[in-house]
Amino acid sequence: MKVDFNIDIHHLPRVEGHGNIHISVKDGKLADARWEVIETPRFFEMMLKGISAERAPFLTSRICGICSISHSLASIRALERAMEIEPPKAAKAIRLLAMHGETLQSHALHLFFLAAPDFLDMPSAIPILHSHPEIVKAGLLLKELGNEMSIATTGRATHPVSLVLGGVSKAPSKQRLKELKEMIMKRRTALDRSTDFFRTLTIPEFVRETEFISLRNGKDYPFIGGDLVSTDGIVRDENDYLKMTNEYLCDFSTSKFTRLSRQSSAAGALARFNNNSRLLGHRAHEIAASFGLEPICHNPFMNNIAQLVECHHIFENAETLIDLLLDDDLKEIRTAYKPKAGAATGAVEAPRGILYHHMETDDDGKVVKADCIIPTTQNNANIHYDLKALAAEAVKEGKTDRETEKLCVMLVRSYDPCISCSVH
Amino acid sequence: MNHLGFKIDKMKIGSFDFTCCEGCQLQLANKESTLPNFLGLLDIRNFREISSERHDDYDIALIEGSITRSDEIERLKAIRAQASVLVAFGSCACFGGVNSLKNRIPAEEVIKGVYGDKPIETMPSTKISDIVTVDFMIPGCPVSKDEVERVVIGIVTRSLNTLPKYPVCVDCKQRLNTCLFDLGEVCLGPVTKAGCDAVCPSGKTPCLGCRGPADDINFPSFLQLVKEKGLSEDEMLEKLTFYNGFADYLDHES
Repeated sequence: MKVDFNIDIHHLPRVEGHGNIHISVKDGKLADARWEVIETPRFFEMMLKGISAERAPFLTSRICGICSISHSLASIRALERAMEIEPPKAAKAIRLLAMHGETLQSHALHLFFLAAPDFLDMPSAIPILHSHPEIVKAGLLLKELGNEMSIATTGRATHPVSLVLGGVSKAPSKQRLKELKEMIMKRRTALDRSTDFFRTLTIPEFVRETEFISLRNGKDYPFIGGDLVSTDGIVRDENDYLKMTNEYLCDFSTSKFTRLSRQSSAAGALARFNNNSRLLGHRAHEIAASFGLEPICHNPFMNNIAQLVECHHIFENAETLIDLLLDDDLKEIRTAYKPKAGAATGAVEAPRGILYHHMETDDDGKVVKADCIIPTTQNNANIHYDLKALAAEAVKEGKTDRETEKLCVMLVRSYDPCISCSVH
Repeated sequence: MNHLGFKIDKMKIGSFDFTCCEGCQLQLANKESTLPNFLGLLDIRNFREISSERHDDYDIALIEGSITRSDEIERLKAIRAQASVLVAFGSCACFGGVNSLKNRIPAEEVIKGVYGDKPIETMPSTKISDIVTVDFMIPGCPVSKDEVERVVIGIVTRSLNTLPKYPVCVDCKQRLNTCLFDLGEVCLGPVTKAGCDAVCPSGKTPCLGCRGPADDINFPSFLQLVKEKGLSEDEMLEKLTFYNGFADYLDHES
């Protein structure tokens, strides 16, 4: 039977920001499938012009309400490299712990509140609070732990207060660190319960080969700085970020698209995993194996599982970082500096993938040029071409418009897109 | 649900985002320990960021973000027509926010700088009250969940409380912080509306005024203080313009 249908989703719900899905099927064949980003641009690169280096991270953190710590740290890293400032060891550990907090909070928000309702055929997590209260409560415990880690290390859960050029303006107290460590230990059961829950869900099987891009430093699972690598074998220096992204404009999107060796590429938890799986903690490794997640995994729906695996890694690594900080006197946390002219890139792994900030300063340390390339910007082309492939496959298999629509929205949500970020 | 023996109704709420980072709406899902109780006060009718169920029978609308495109004006007016109470939520909605920093540069230059020759529609970042009547403001970048809880409980129990009238310094002193002016920094604590628990100066970073001016501030005296301490006027101006909350005072001075 030849079918005709259109799927038009305006302002896709349960994602950050505004995007539309458009699919049209004619005579039983896919005629068109598009991922349209219609977010209003804010022009952060222009806002940054003339802002002091000291204030710049406070401005860029406002690019995103979910990954503000990553944006702050990407700017800080770019500016510290541009002005040759070396932060103290303890400050580096505090920053990494802050990243862990943000990643845990962001992954928990996505897994339980944005992604899980699809798997349970619910419109949001609110009815799940009644049907599966223990699951939502486990998700809330993980999200709260992530936020507590961010509050202890940066002063606040969203838009960090104490991440500054040269280090951090205030260190968490030893007492606070001990409480945090205890909280991590106590919430392992919530993480295990969450893992068991995700085991009961059916992850759609869909594969479209792509190129996965992330940071890699060879020593640790990457979060702040390192080489830029891809699963197609490309390795570049952090400052060569433009050759990694090759941004271009596309007429149906206010977000730019990017590409490297292929038509599109992907960033995020699955990309980090595909490039760095051997550097995961022991338990995270076991969990990945138990879900059959192996590099190089080309199923975008498995990004959900990669996020869950990273939550396990964060639990392990956060404890190590806290022990390191408990052994430090936490007196040296901020290096004094004199503003100067320079230019450099700061790359970090935000929850949704590799994030680049490039900053150029003048002699007074004012920003003269800035460039920010966001993970979702790098994923938008991949989402777009995945949608085409997935919709074509669904139509070929004779799926109805409703079944096709459900798969397509789940696909987009699997990328955990941060759309207002991607337009910034 | 009962309060002092009276039956109270859940608040039919819609939450909407315009040009912003969505960080204020995210705060609604924070403070996880009280979240189930908080949600118990609300009947969420429209909240795209967390639910695919969308209805247009809300009484109270939270508006996050500033306005920078013509389609946003139409969407905002439609929400205003539906809502009995419209709340400007966060510094972008209340003052135009950090988005207003682009207003310093001519629009053509802003567009060219990011999109080259691609035509993109944008207008100067505008606060919500320039377009529609705002019934209540909850400022902050981001808003404080504690304050949001206080306001929501106030609306639900028909005992709406007001925001503090006094400046951040009052809260900061109560937290026994060293004054940032004594550490050689320009801090906007003396002129900014309290209610954030002085979170920035408590983290040893100066207040950037995200909550806008406190009531009846002595602005000329603040300018004098910065001068007397020999601190940088450029730095002060960078901070006063960061969230656009002091635009009226700066216009008046110039």
